[in-house]
Amino acid sequence: MSDYLINPNVLNDDVAQDTIRGGFGRGLKVAGEANDNVVALCADLTESVQVHIFREAFPDRFIQTGIAEQNLVAVASGLALAGKIPFAASYAAFNPGRNWEQIKTTVAINDQPVKIVGGHAGIGVGPDGATHQMLEDIAIMRVLPNMVVVVPGDAIEAEKATRAIAENGKPSYIRLARVKTPIISTDQSPFEIGKAYILREGSDVSLMGTGVMTYQLLVAAKILAEQGINAEVVHVPTIKPLDNDTIVASAKRTGRVVTAEEAQITGGFGGAVAELLSEKLPTPLIRIGIQDRFGESGEPAELFDHFGLTGVHIAKKVADFINTSAQYHREY
Amino acid sequence: MVGDKLTLSQLQHKANDLRQDVIRMLEAAGSGHTAGALGMADILAALYFNILNIDPKNPDWSERDIFFLSNGHTVPIQYAAMAEAGFFDKSELMTLRKLGSRLQGHPERTMLPGLETTSGPLGSGLSQAAGAAYAFQYLDNQKHRFVYTIMGDGELDEGNVWEAAMFAGKYKLSQLIAFVDRNNIQIDGNTEDVMPLENLRGKWESFGWYVMDIDGNNIESIIDAVNTAKAITNRPCMIIAHTVPGKGVDFIEYDYKWHGVPPNADQAKSAIEKLQANDDQITSGEF
Repeated sequence: MSDYLINPNVLNDDVAQDTIRGGFGRGLKVAGEANDNVVALCADLTESVQVHIFREAFPDRFIQTGIAEQNLVAVASGLALAGKIPFAASYAAFNPGRNWEQIKTTVAINDQPVKIVGGHAGIGVGPDGATHQMLEDIAIMRVLPNMVVVVPGDAIEAEKATRAIAENGKPSYIRLARVKTPIISTDQSPFEIGKAYILREGSDVSLMGTGVMTYQLLVAAKILAEQGINAEVVHVPTIKPLDNDTIVASAKRTGRVVTAEEAQITGGFGGAVAELLSEKLPTPLIRIGIQDRFGESGEPAELFDHFGLTGVHIAKKVADFINTSAQYHREY
Repeated sequence: MVGDKLTLSQLQHKANDLRQDVIRMLEAAGSGHTAGALGMADILAALYFNILNIDPKNPDWSERDIFFLSNGHTVPIQYAAMAEAGFFDKSELMTLRKLGSRLQGHPERTMLPGLETTSGPLGSGLSQAAGAAYAFQYLDNQKHRFVYTIMGDGELDEGNVWEAAMFAGKYKLSQLIAFVDRNNIQIDGNTEDVMPLENLRGKWESFGWYVMDIDGNNIESIIDAVNTAKAITNRPCMIIAHTVPGKGVDFIEYDYKWHGVPPNADQAKSAIEKLQANDDQITSGEF
């Protein structure tokens, strides 16, 4: 079913951790080595979003725009008009939070291969609080025609995803987390834009995660297994285009679906899966994520616990869901 | 420049022809922006038939100058100029704003070869022009290519414009030549009532730009200003082109109520008559 190579150590306490933004930064340098047309722009957050790795390698291909995200992305569009592949980076709260219309008009309608890099996304940004915890970016980017939306699950995948969007010729958004998170994949694991991957096969419920939440689903699946519940775990690093076939097939196998994201469930990844399944294969479904409220200050681990996004919390919700929902459309 | 070098009077006739095309297009469309398009006819005629280094038969020519409107709502005058230059057949002009047309109500790059960007939402064109100019100056060493854009004066209310002004000033983007169509009107009234822009020259100068104020309905002044701008090699250039909104049609001139409405059949007929009469007034010959 899947030849995805999961990190064999992923469920151990000493699992390696790294930052997704760091993986992006390394991937951007590799993309720059592969193609002279790759350029990078940043709005005064160059080290925070790890663009300094590219800047040090290619100082002549780095452009500092200052704290001006509207100009950041529109300048990037002009660079694309001149044949460049620009990566426009800032915090997701401002990019695409501040400059969405410029992204729509000058990148998406224009169909220019500008890469929007949204750093410090989700509640994992921690103590900075609600204003800096971007939770709506998946929703506002996946609604745009022409836009590719990628949410890597770990640092290794972030590096691969960055190289992939550098080469896809399309407007693209990549969402990055700030803090170190467990490595779920290996260097040999596949990454292809538009593909979802089965990380764990199961028969009772499909746990579908994007970004850092896939790790939490693996933890939840282990807890559920101890209770006799056999959960399938599907990793969905590309939200647009969504891998409809893999998602529908998994839903058909298990008859129950749980989605998980470090973002608003409204219009986000859970929304995308709900739209798909309600048209193709109506299936009992619950969405784990931020439940139509804003974030708040706290340490990242505290916030994941507070908002119910840890494997322990998710396992309990899934068990309750299974006990109250029949399995639809199950293939026997 | 497209085709053979035109004389000044030939350029003036071109501008007057483009104005008549705009009147016919807007009447047929039944919606659109009249005053700015008429006011900018002399700038568009100067650009397409004297200034721009472009090839209508090869719109993606790798050596071309870049030009696009930031104030995309005035695009009928650009479509008229493009058709006259040979980018597409003039018969297509009457499809403006119609279902299935490549001539969208606001310009869309992917719809029509020769359009360099998509615009309409105001304020982001100068940033895009700056991005292209940055590439030519710093990344690709293409010193012979220039990037032109036109903004409306009401557009300058947008904060994004001033982000771009700072950016272009910082990087001394000398291949960037921008126009402001200074016609003093926007939808809700006169610019100085809606949101004052003056001291406009001082604003741009303070951001590090070389600024020229010109009569934007005088084609010789437009060409002179661009030649000066090309000779300024250490700063971006802003040409504040003072134009008469509705230029050439007396009942449209200076009236902000004509910003966003098209002429009806009677008004269009009258406007065409006035523009044809203006054509007979053009007497100047050479530069």
